[in-house]
Amino acid sequence: MSWTRKILRVNLTNGTVVEEALNMDWANEYLGQRGLGTRYLVDEIDPQCDALGPDNKLIMTTGPLTGTIASTGGRYSVVCKSPLTGTVACSNSGGFFGAELKFAGWDMIIFEGKAATPMYLNIEDDVAKLMPADDLWGQSCWATDHALRQKHQDPQVRIACVGRSAEEGNLYAAVVNDLHRAAGRSGVGTVMASKNLKAVVCRGTLGLGGIDDPKRFMQTVKDGKKVLAENAVTGQGLPTYGTQVLMNVINEVGALPTRNMTQTQFEGANDVGGEAMHLPRKSDGKANLTTNGACYSCTIACGRISTIDRTHFSVKDKPEYWINSGGLEYEAAWALGPDTGVDDIDALTYANFLCNEDGMDPISFGSTVAAAMELFETGVITTEHTGGMALKFGSAEALCWAAEVTAKGEGFGADLGLGSKRLCEKYGKPELSMTVKGQEFPAYDPRGIQGMGLAYATSNRGACHLRGYTVASEILGIPEKTDPLESAGKPGLVKAFQDATAAVDSAGLCVFTTFAWTMDDIAPQVDAACEGDWSTERMMEVGERIWNLEKDFNQKAGITGADDTLPARLLTEGANSGPAKGRTSELSQMLPEYYQLRGYSADGSMTDETRQKWSLPS
Amino acid sequence: MHYVIIGAGPAGVNAAEHLRKYDPSGQITMLVAEDVPPYSRMALPYYLVGNIAAEGTYLRKNENHFESLGITLKQGRASSVDTQSKRITLLGGETIDYDKLLVASGATATRPPIPGIDSKGVHNCWSLRDAHKIVADTEPGSKVILMGAGFIGCIILEALASRGVDLTVIEMENRMVSRMTNEVMGTMIKDWCVAKGINVLTSTKVSEIAEASGDDSLRVITEGGETLPADVVICATGVRSNTAFLDGSGIQVDMGIVVDDFMQTSASDVYAAGDVAQGRDLSTGEYYVQAIQPTAVEHGKLAAQNMAHGHKTPHPGNVNMNVLDTVGLISTSFGMWMGVEGGEEAEMSDIENFKYLNLQFKDDVLVGASSLGMTQHVGVMRGLIQTGAHLGEWKDKLLKEPNRISEAYLASAQRQHVNLGA
Amino acid sequence: MQKSLHIDPGKCTGCLQCESACSLVNEGMVNPSKSRIKVFTFHDEGRFVPYTCTQCDEAWCMQACPVDAIVLNPVNGSKDVLSDVCVGCKVCTIACPFGTINYNTSTGKVVKCDLCGGDPECVEACPTQAITYVDANATGLDKMRAWAAKTDNAAGA
Repeated sequence: MSWTRKILRVNLTNGTVVEEALNMDWANEYLGQRGLGTRYLVDEIDPQCDALGPDNKLIMTTGPLTGTIASTGGRYSVVCKSPLTGTVACSNSGGFFGAELKFAGWDMIIFEGKAATPMYLNIEDDVAKLMPADDLWGQSCWATDHALRQKHQDPQVRIACVGRSAEEGNLYAAVVNDLHRAAGRSGVGTVMASKNLKAVVCRGTLGLGGIDDPKRFMQTVKDGKKVLAENAVTGQGLPTYGTQVLMNVINEVGALPTRNMTQTQFEGANDVGGEAMHLPRKSDGKANLTTNGACYSCTIACGRISTIDRTHFSVKDKPEYWINSGGLEYEAAWALGPDTGVDDIDALTYANFLCNEDGMDPISFGSTVAAAMELFETGVITTEHTGGMALKFGSAEALCWAAEVTAKGEGFGADLGLGSKRLCEKYGKPELSMTVKGQEFPAYDPRGIQGMGLAYATSNRGACHLRGYTVASEILGIPEKTDPLESAGKPGLVKAFQDATAAVDSAGLCVFTTFAWTMDDIAPQVDAACEGDWSTERMMEVGERIWNLEKDFNQKAGITGADDTLPARLLTEGANSGPAKGRTSELSQMLPEYYQLRGYSADGSMTDETRQKWSLPS
Repeated sequence: MHYVIIGAGPAGVNAAEHLRKYDPSGQITMLVAEDVPPYSRMALPYYLVGNIAAEGTYLRKNENHFESLGITLKQGRASSVDTQSKRITLLGGETIDYDKLLVASGATATRPPIPGIDSKGVHNCWSLRDAHKIVADTEPGSKVILMGAGFIGCIILEALASRGVDLTVIEMENRMVSRMTNEVMGTMIKDWCVAKGINVLTSTKVSEIAEASGDDSLRVITEGGETLPADVVICATGVRSNTAFLDGSGIQVDMGIVVDDFMQTSASDVYAAGDVAQGRDLSTGEYYVQAIQPTAVEHGKLAAQNMAHGHKTPHPGNVNMNVLDTVGLISTSFGMWMGVEGGEEAEMSDIENFKYLNLQFKDDVLVGASSLGMTQHVGVMRGLIQTGAHLGEWKDKLLKEPNRISEAYLASAQRQHVNLGA
Repeated sequence: MQKSLHIDPGKCTGCLQCESACSLVNEGMVNPSKSRIKVFTFHDEGRFVPYTCTQCDEAWCMQACPVDAIVLNPVNGSKDVLSDVCVGCKVCTIACPFGTINYNTSTGKVVKCDLCGGDPECVEACPTQAITYVDANATGLDKMRAWAAKTDNAAGA
């Protein structure tokens, strides 16, 4: 089984917490986590509802392999309608919270309505209670975590919470769990805060039993761990350098978006990448990176545990930051570094700490700062707007300041909390926003990696690297090498990655396993753990069904094929250097074939035929 | 060499086994007072609740255990000791000569001197025989009054409650288990019991027990004038070291038998161990009857060492500690849980969830601790107290977050092993 | 040659595979809260420390047990809890100065590491060789023993 088959429904308006049986028909169609959470959301909310109103729901959901001993089996997702994009939001996080929820006996929590005053949910195994959180409101995620730990007197509790940015309405606020893992994207934290829900505290001691075929499961898990250990990326690259292994690689192929995507290579890449994190610094001889840390059950352990140089201007008077905490991952390092033109690794680490401390998506934050810097450099934003700070590309001071004011939503920080799209619109320059459907790009320039342009444009949650990571194929040659500068063949590749990722996200596993695992490694683990027959083919079908369910929700929310596009800069301005010099994204050449493969109409609309094929709810 | 041990509790049995280890050829005789094999009082509640059979309480499970070690069990009670002629006399007149004597005669439950205390229907809960009687006399619905919410009282609460009796606890002190809890923790234990349907009267003294006319039931009358009906009264108000037979022996007795740091009494070649012995307490350096299982075991081992090998290393004392399960609520206490003068305290209480932790420091050393609702890694509190490990910066962390005691232990007591760096 | 667990905290990533494997094998389900090995996370220091029973010679738990429910395994030197004999009195949990024998509230018995009878699952599960099963005299166990001896002296026994 692996599902606990129980969900918690928490009505914040009425203050009720009730147990429900998991809908196993849906579990069989959508597996878990991303797929199953979205199925519930589609069933329960009006796609046109106000994302920050009481009619939106917030679903914390695990997969069947979450809380098992399968490598990386510790994930959970937060599903709701996004206030940033208006699409379905589904943000995936590791750490230990998701597994703990399973150990407490729950597959999923559905939050509905809105509490009159701040509350948090306390789960101790089968007992879940709403508790007042007035004293936590106005506190950062770190302070909240600390206060709840003191209150509950159990060092083993796992906590997911929102910080001050979410409370202040920052549209890309994250739900942070275990201090520095986050359901980061699309403003799921903003939705949580809009419900006056500050935190979920969970302690699970019941454990997870009922693996369908324990002996076979253990064997498939062992096989899977072996594949990960022997693979160069998951066995060596990620443990040693984390995702930051990519910084120099992507820079070299000319796809490292720089200074709000005005350039495609960053001269300071080497100073902020994975290798730089290992170098001893002058002040104390220690490296930025202390060690690598794993999420629950993960045998890769790409997580970075870092410190900031105590003599750095950002923290020299703030000993509370002289600790180890979650360090730079590639996407965050890119957004805070190359995209803002800052090459100071301590400034990046400090900004990253603040993103964790107050629950901000560092990708959207960094990209929004980058857009603001371009607005400043072009004279649209001035020091009068910022209260004196010169928002220049490359300014570490400006980056650190921006993180501080945005974390608390103070002054110009409130503008930065709007996200790139609304910020650029507010200052009359919408074309400077590097977003799709309102969500900021991650760290791969589609002019240098053609498949990613199509993946961004068609992603069901706006620009995102986790909805179809063709970088694996185009740059790393996984599962096979394709030419990053070639758009032919990419629609099929994008679709395959999109569907496979949806299935992996729904199993409770981390998508990073797919650097080494194919669906042939994953399906046997799901099959042994879950009742029923879970073949590779069925997993791919589940993935495609999920994709179309998300697409259909978005369409009902009013998002059309016209929104499947990229900023003009990427479609018309050629890359300025590197292998992709002079090239633009060939999106228009890829879209028709993609829509055809998906079974959509030529304008990118979901069709009744496709809806029926996947038995989508009407 | 003839070693004679009076008493077959944990102290006596451990002493006998260690004597055999240290002196393979010596003669060992162990005097057993009750007509059952050596058993553990710690296990009685579990017998009472029906989790185990009577055999489950036996200290050693193998029937031939003592025989195979060449330890002679002899049933009987000592009536006197003559330290000059090195001879003990048993009730009935039989005598045994010894070369080295260990007194491990334990303690006996006492009853307060109030009218009616010896009525039929008033029991102690101290021996296996007492337990048998309580089992026989109670049934679901029986009105049972437990006098004394001390350690023994609490430990049998669950056994009584689970027999489905209508239970009232009467305690003189203002809280439960006052010997191991401060007011906060003792009150939490009381609240827990009340929530479990047990009637708890603290700061209440029984003035009289009267037999009701007409039936077998009793009336328990408190000093406040309240009258409570009862079918059975269980008296768990206290225990006293079994030293009466030493009267006239010249062996010095205070609250228990006074021993030195080699477990020897005031008479040479006579040693004492366990609940009867007033041994050194590690925390205070004073001599005190701890009356706890781990100390009894260590006393027994220690006495054996000194009896067999001569006096080599003086004993710095035992950490006083207790663990108690009160109807499922687990509490512990260690060392100077009540604190020391000039010390500092860290406290965390979650009244609603029945969780509590209190740490007591002297400088940066843990000297005492008590907990409620904790079951994981509680032993580290003993480890820290016993080794006197310097907590350094971890003391300040513990003052804010006492529940990080396990980490503090790893970081300080096992610093070398853990290698936490600067 | 007797073998023992060797733990190198410097290699640990805190993934809890050891806790999952331990609980799966010993409790029949993945349940880190019931694992006999526990990884302590020193967040601010960036360090993970797996911790379990060292099978110390003094065997405080075994000595303290009033009903002979903890026995020496002659093959691998582990001190094993006989579950059917244990009455759940918890005296061993306060007697063990390492805190590595714990009460399981759901079974009413105490549990501790028994080296899985000589084939420790945590070792098999650990992806970074932070936990290995090696010849006893080649481990850092000597340091632990030295510490145990200090405790022992203090008790004078």
